[in-house]
Amino acid sequence: MTTKLFGAKVPRVEDQRFLRGQGRYVDDLLTDDPRLLHAAVLRSPHAHARIVDIDVSDVLDLDGVVAVWTWDDLTGPMAEPLPLLIPHPTLTHGRTQYALARDEVNYVGEAIAFVVAVDRYVAEDAVARIRVDYEHLEPVVGIDAARAARRTVHDDVPDNVGARMEQENGDARAAIAAAPHTLTLDLDIERSACTPMEGRGTVARWDPDTSRLTVWSSTQTSTGVRGCVAAKLELDLAKVDVITPDVGGGFGVKVVHPWPEELLVPLAAKTLGRPVKYTEDRREHFISSAHERAQQHHVEVGFDDDGRVLGLDVEFWHDHGAYTPYGLIVPIITSTQLLGPYKPQNYRVAFESLYTNTVIVTPYRGAGRPQGCFVMERTMDAIAAYLGKDRTEVRSTNFIQPDEFPYEHGLVFQDGRELTYDSGDYPASLAKLKELVGWDEFEEFRAEMAAQGRKVGIGLACYVEGTGVGPYEGAHVHIETSGKVKVATGLTTQGQGHQTAFAQIVADTLGVRFEDVEITTGDTRKMPYAVGTFASRAAVMSGSAIHLAALRAKEKALRIAAEALEASEDDLEIADGVVSVKGTDASIDLGTVAVLSNPLRYAFDEASKAATQFSVGDPGKPPVAEDDEPGLEGKDFYSPPRSTFANGMHAVIVETDPDTAEITILKYAVVHDCGHLINPMIVEGQIHGGVAQGVGGALYERMAYDESGQLLNASFMDFLMPYVTEVPTSIDIDHLETPSPLNPLGIKGAGEAGVIPSAAVFAAAIEDAEGFPITAMPISPSELFELRLAHADEPHPTSPSLGS
Amino acid sequence: MSAPTPEELHDVRLHVNGSVHEVHVPARRLLSDALRHDCGLTGTHVGCEHGVCGACTVLVDGRPVRSCLMLAVSAVDSEITTVEGLTEADGSLSPVQQAFSDCHGLQCGFCTPGFLTAITAGLEENPDPTEDEAREMVAGNLCRCTGYQNIVKSVLRAAEIQAEAGQERS
Amino acid sequence: MKPAPFAYLRPATLEEALAALAGQQGAKVLAGGQSLVPLLSMRLAAPSTLVDINALPDLSHVAVSDDGVRIGALARHAEVLASREAAERQPLLAMALSHVAHATIRNRGTTVGSLVHADAAAEMPMVLRLLEGSVDVASVRGRRTIPAAELFAGPLESTLAQDEIAVEACFPALAPGAGVAFQEIARRHGDYALVGVAAHVETDGGEVTRARVGFVSVSDVPVVVDVTDSLDDPASAALAELEPADDIHATAAYRAHLVKVLTPRVLADAVHHARDRKKS
Repeated sequence: MTTKLFGAKVPRVEDQRFLRGQGRYVDDLLTDDPRLLHAAVLRSPHAHARIVDIDVSDVLDLDGVVAVWTWDDLTGPMAEPLPLLIPHPTLTHGRTQYALARDEVNYVGEAIAFVVAVDRYVAEDAVARIRVDYEHLEPVVGIDAARAARRTVHDDVPDNVGARMEQENGDARAAIAAAPHTLTLDLDIERSACTPMEGRGTVARWDPDTSRLTVWSSTQTSTGVRGCVAAKLELDLAKVDVITPDVGGGFGVKVVHPWPEELLVPLAAKTLGRPVKYTEDRREHFISSAHERAQQHHVEVGFDDDGRVLGLDVEFWHDHGAYTPYGLIVPIITSTQLLGPYKPQNYRVAFESLYTNTVIVTPYRGAGRPQGCFVMERTMDAIAAYLGKDRTEVRSTNFIQPDEFPYEHGLVFQDGRELTYDSGDYPASLAKLKELVGWDEFEEFRAEMAAQGRKVGIGLACYVEGTGVGPYEGAHVHIETSGKVKVATGLTTQGQGHQTAFAQIVADTLGVRFEDVEITTGDTRKMPYAVGTFASRAAVMSGSAIHLAALRAKEKALRIAAEALEASEDDLEIADGVVSVKGTDASIDLGTVAVLSNPLRYAFDEASKAATQFSVGDPGKPPVAEDDEPGLEGKDFYSPPRSTFANGMHAVIVETDPDTAEITILKYAVVHDCGHLINPMIVEGQIHGGVAQGVGGALYERMAYDESGQLLNASFMDFLMPYVTEVPTSIDIDHLETPSPLNPLGIKGAGEAGVIPSAAVFAAAIEDAEGFPITAMPISPSELFELRLAHADEPHPTSPSLGS
Repeated sequence: MSAPTPEELHDVRLHVNGSVHEVHVPARRLLSDALRHDCGLTGTHVGCEHGVCGACTVLVDGRPVRSCLMLAVSAVDSEITTVEGLTEADGSLSPVQQAFSDCHGLQCGFCTPGFLTAITAGLEENPDPTEDEAREMVAGNLCRCTGYQNIVKSVLRAAEIQAEAGQERS
Repeated sequence: MKPAPFAYLRPATLEEALAALAGQQGAKVLAGGQSLVPLLSMRLAAPSTLVDINALPDLSHVAVSDDGVRIGALARHAEVLASREAAERQPLLAMALSHVAHATIRNRGTTVGSLVHADAAAEMPMVLRLLEGSVDVASVRGRRTIPAAELFAGPLESTLAQDEIAVEACFPALAPGAGVAFQEIARRHGDYALVGVAAHVETDGGEVTRARVGFVSVSDVPVVVDVTDSLDDPASAALAELEPADDIHATAAYRAHLVKVLTPRVLADAVHHARDRKKS
């Protein structure tokens, strides 16, 4: 293929509507429809309680209230628990909630009743009038309480254990026992959450004339929502359309489906015969949309004098919240991706996935990898400190080498496939990172700063990220008679610039003008076969599918053009939407080729006139050949054998204030390898965003639950998402482009990468500055201060450096 | 609990982007909701409804204000500018809007209107900001996608575009 | 997050506003609304009536005289902050105001409103106390002046009666030979301070004759401590009067530590300030 636009920093086409305030997010839809109704949800104020009675008698006489639902009003599949989306054999005690709580609530925020009214204000008035009698139960909050299991979340789940899973390659415990050196680490990561700027939202309209349901949802999977809505409302799939409009950020939380409201809104719209909208507010987002991250790890590692890991044994405890709709994806990813770019000779990992009376846990950007990276990188740093070696040296010793790909870990990944890395060049990445951050010059800088009474530290962290997970995505490419190219792919978009990046692929593959390509995503009317946008998969999956579909369209265009131009297909080329015979003036517009591809009976414009029955075709043959179809289209699917593995390394220099324990970022460097870049501007934007989200996760954000299971910081006042003033003033980025052999474009995913090494890299740098181990993240100045007190009695090391 | 008497509605004349919108709203209607649902100007987005995120920022008499922290009835005497009102009369992008496109200053676009309005007012006050001043200009707005790097660049780029346009005019 | 219903009045005169307030038990005053509206939206406050004073005339002033700075009930933080005269007459105003939330909030929020909201985590109530200013309040019963020392009753509770409107605050001028300073530590730029400290010193020929320190976020009500007699260890003297508490952002010990770090720094800054003013 020509690479005219692929790889170029093409400005985004979607920006035009966003910048003018003309984006259409779910809450913007149907605002001028006077029949539109608005929903609000009564949510549990208690973390753990039995519902004794729900009294809604005061609600319906409130002016403006149209309807109210509780579990008692639900029938058929709607009255059954929500689906367990990703079952796993080891998830022996999977539990999901009901769309509306049946007789027990298991977290503050669980939906109990659903009110529909003329506006959201009145709907909230109504919610305030519902009276619920609760019988309080003792809540289980936090991993310690879940492990202690003095009480349980679900009566029928002993010890709060939803799943126990173990994988092993080699004999880790024997290798550790035999190793020259061993270390033990206990590590902690707290809860956090995606918190996109737009919360969840769903609008539905039932059309009684056609008996069709249209659902617009701020989701990461249109087809997933469609399947669930059809099943739960007992509608034929063909009667349900799900459209994902502009989405104000996802980061994982919107891949969970169906959220209760994604079913209740369509149910209400169908029952009431009026369109219904639900827009989650910020408080609801904190207490009812999924969280992630909380894990406790126990690590035992055995290594030789060079720091080579001979055996690694990790046990961890994963807090999955009150229910398990998304199965074990997060802890499985942690357990496998923990390995990063390294090849421990023997590895065993075992985890327990635990119930707590808190919001459900499902993937948040990085999806279990930040925890795994934290654990592995802390281990690498501990080994380096123990041996007195440079931290980069220990990592180099353990790297998988470029000639070892494909590298098989002997484990099973989150997609049920073998964990096999496809490509990468970790030593080259590390060399770039050291250069970029000034690793070798840091001791000089440290001394300079120390002379001024200032304390600095440097850290690095490496990760490998399985991206482009299957099963498949598809694309449909249609060249219209105007020459315009309409492309549909089924996965959704939430800010990644797919309309631009995918159009770049089409323009190059097909040889058309970028401006003539229009991409539609997430609309089941246009592409009913799709999976969704998560796991850094959109570019790999839909990008590849679009490329393949465009190739099919091109193939057909060349065939028809060759006939029209009386030339051999091999002599044709397509550029700027014109097919021409190489080295001659003979040419035909793709639009005309499209006309020729569709033999017509009726003329409705000049172009179609040229395709009518008296104008084209061999009268001796059928107008459409037996093995052909009308129209200039191409459709294809991409389904890879397994994931492709991107990688990267981050380094940070921090300053810790000796008096106030404030932590300031002085330099942040990223080396990133996601194979070939479709649009480097977009990829760098993804990295910037990931790094900022990582800074949030490492230094500012957490979900602060009290013992009774109340979330104490359910607002942006107290959940400290970074402003511009909290992120690095610049992020130095260098790319390595190691193509993936698994897809036609050689690309790997880039969406989640920026956030994966944050906890690890900040812990390393703060540890380096302070001279004592950092074993729990996130860390605040207050916590750093308390750690300083706890370590005050220890002899101060002459150099705070832990082997840098 | 007895049903309260039906809520009183107020006739409110809102001056938005040079047009007058006559809306009929209860006192509690937030300005953000009135703009979006009563005036149909859905470019102003609601991200938190407690005044922290800045997505709903509009200009009230030229100054950036959180529209979720104002009541529509309280906005009667003010001239309001929303993101829809930033675009030039000929339909082209304003310098700030253009700069965001040039610098990839937006991803999902949800927080963007709040940044655009705040920066438009900020550059009015300080047409030639330093990088630190650019940062300060956007310091009250949350963005979850961009990591702010390109937003700060956009502020500086917008100042450049404005300066170029000013030179051309003079 | 939408407010519960309330009746709404937008009086055109102060007299009307006071009458409305007097006639309604559950009425509340709406000025900038930057603290009140979130409380309404979270339904943590549900007044029966809101008396919107934004249309009242003659309350937007930032009047600077020899005595000090008089700030009308409708003067926005941003307007006070923008006043060079105010900053010259009482420099602590601008020093502290630049830490009040973010610029967008300051464009709408009023300084007087912030005072009567009486949040011990907010900067301006403490500043008023430190400067020994006052607030003028009006009601149908007449007008009175409440000295800052008597303004704060408890957490988020002022001593204004339900029917009173704060119409003006008075921040005294900084006397010759006096100096002020302010520093705070917040988790994020623009957040409420974990600890904020302001100092006011009076000097005579280079000698500190009086030193007082005010604190944000380490007590239930704004606290000012006279440290004139404990300048060798002002923080310990201050901590004896303070009640730092644990919350999700910081431990009490950390807050106490920040008091220890910031108090001498801010006092030193204030002494420098006094000295620099003398020079200029």
